[in-house]
Amino acid sequence: MREAGDTDLVVSGLSAGYRHRPVVRDLTLAPFRAGQVTALVGPNAAGKSTLLRALSGLIPARGAVRLGGEDLLRLPRARRAAIVGFMPQALPQGVALSVIETVIAALRAVPGAAPLPGAAARARAAALLVEMGIGALALEPIDRLSGGQRQLVSLAQAVVGEPRVLLLDEPTSALDLRHQAVVMGLLRRLAREGRVVAVVLHDLALAARYADHVVVLDKGACAAQGTPEAAITPRVLAQVYGVEARVETCSQGRLQVMVDAPLA
Amino acid sequence: MTGGAREAVGEVHAAVAGYGRLVRRRLLVIAALAVLVLGAVLLDLATGPSGVTVLDAARALVWPDSAPRTTVVIVHGLRLPQALMALLVGASLAVAGAEMQTVLNNPLASPLTLGTSSAAVFGAALAIVLGIGVPGIPSAWIVPANAFLFAFGSTLLIQALSRLRGAGGETVVLFGIALFFSFNALVGLVQFIASQQALQQLVFWTLGSLGRANGEQLAVLAIVLAGVLPWSLASAWQLTALRLGAERAESLGIAVGRLRLLALVRISLLTGTAVAFVGVIGFIGLVAPHMARLLVGEDHRLLIPASALCGALVLSLAASASKLLVTGAVLPVGIVTALVGVPIFLALVLASRRSA
Repeated sequence: MREAGDTDLVVSGLSAGYRHRPVVRDLTLAPFRAGQVTALVGPNAAGKSTLLRALSGLIPARGAVRLGGEDLLRLPRARRAAIVGFMPQALPQGVALSVIETVIAALRAVPGAAPLPGAAARARAAALLVEMGIGALALEPIDRLSGGQRQLVSLAQAVVGEPRVLLLDEPTSALDLRHQAVVMGLLRRLAREGRVVAVVLHDLALAARYADHVVVLDKGACAAQGTPEAAITPRVLAQVYGVEARVETCSQGRLQVMVDAPLA
Repeated sequence: MTGGAREAVGEVHAAVAGYGRLVRRRLLVIAALAVLVLGAVLLDLATGPSGVTVLDAARALVWPDSAPRTTVVIVHGLRLPQALMALLVGASLAVAGAEMQTVLNNPLASPLTLGTSSAAVFGAALAIVLGIGVPGIPSAWIVPANAFLFAFGSTLLIQALSRLRGAGGETVVLFGIALFFSFNALVGLVQFIASQQALQQLVFWTLGSLGRANGEQLAVLAIVLAGVLPWSLASAWQLTALRLGAERAESLGIAVGRLRLLALVRISLLTGTAVAFVGVIGFIGLVAPHMARLLVGEDHRLLIPASALCGALVLSLAASASKLLVTGAVLPVGIVTALVGVPIFLALVLASRRSA
């Protein structure tokens, strides 16, 4: 295996969770490569979201998360925020802000950093929305958006600061097939620009289709990791999800996961 | 440049220009609000038992030498302090309410619903009924000083309790509700043992009145507001980002706990001072921020000044109404404000339920 480069994210000895209930214990993973999409999958309560939150610095964690020479866990909040972008599961409801206002706020609220002048911030926010194909929604109140549009706006808020590491918690939940493809395609593009992109997914088919690297979590530990073909196998699915499943390659060479029955 | 790229550039320009128009339109709304506030203050100055027209009032204000002597005395000596107090108190309570609703992520939060006003009443009750006050304070200031200390202290207590739990906005609201009921019970207790005369005085204080306004109090409140407003505005972007969710704000590098704490300090200062001088005035802190939100949205650079103006406007109008509703009598403005505030509040609740 090739050594971790300066732009790769390396998780080692990471423990995180709640005071009396550590969810993730002493987790060491193969590097998340810049330029690749890493999918975090696993059953409910496996620690996927906890891992993502620990990586974002939203919950306290022990261990190390290295990017180049720096340990993200030990960086001051504002420095880390400049490197890591996080996309939570949902946008809040009942907020009287338009799409472009939220993206500008995400850009200008970052403390410490030299503030981008207003005109530059407006231009960058508008350019990003257009690039993501939602330029026409710029002035739309976020409360009036559909579920798919909301996910895209939330993604725009996470991406607008141009983070080198992008962490996303189920960005495709509640999306229809088309929007799933749009969001995952966008994530691949963002990764190809040289970012580390780690994404929690429930849908193994999406993980198999769009991820370069898959980490299967179970009970706070790593059950399998590697390429989709290496990590998503009938044996792993039986062990982690407790299901009898087949993993087959379809006529176009893509991995397909078919669940036959829960294991007795 | 390819056609697609040119189209994209055009779309970016359109979005930027649209945003510029949006902001300019909202600035115009704020300017219009300021004009309305000025009008409401003039109306307030012209309203009262002796016949002074709006024009007379304006003349007495701007060119006192050219106005009749009695008009100048009435406008400057009697009505101006109360009118300015309405302006400042309305603005203070509205800004406090706007910040509270944002940092607690609760559209129903206000200084009143979180027990701050009840705490102030209890402080005032201690002074009025039992004569307990801060030693060394001049007697004229004992009631406001007590009210301020309790209002300020209650907000800090809420903050301290919720930091202990390390919890978010919901816990703060729950503690606020607990304080609201505790202080109301304590006030009831003090009322129960109060003499007839002290009880009357306390009830009048509780109703909220601008009649006690004087120059010193105006100066204190003006200084507090002048200090707190720029401080709020300096946090405007972070407050706006907090509306995107606490987790999102945190991930943007904002120290949400600290932002919430400092906002609560500002809220305590504004509410404590305002309530100390005029007593309990309900609904401004709740309704004015909602009006402002409907008018200019939640970009806090605009929302905070718009809330201040809406609060000033509502309380100024209520002050005029308090002099007009019953001929020959001036009702406590707290009563009138609630009468004006309740229908707006109910309409808001119904409208938000319909859209949910």
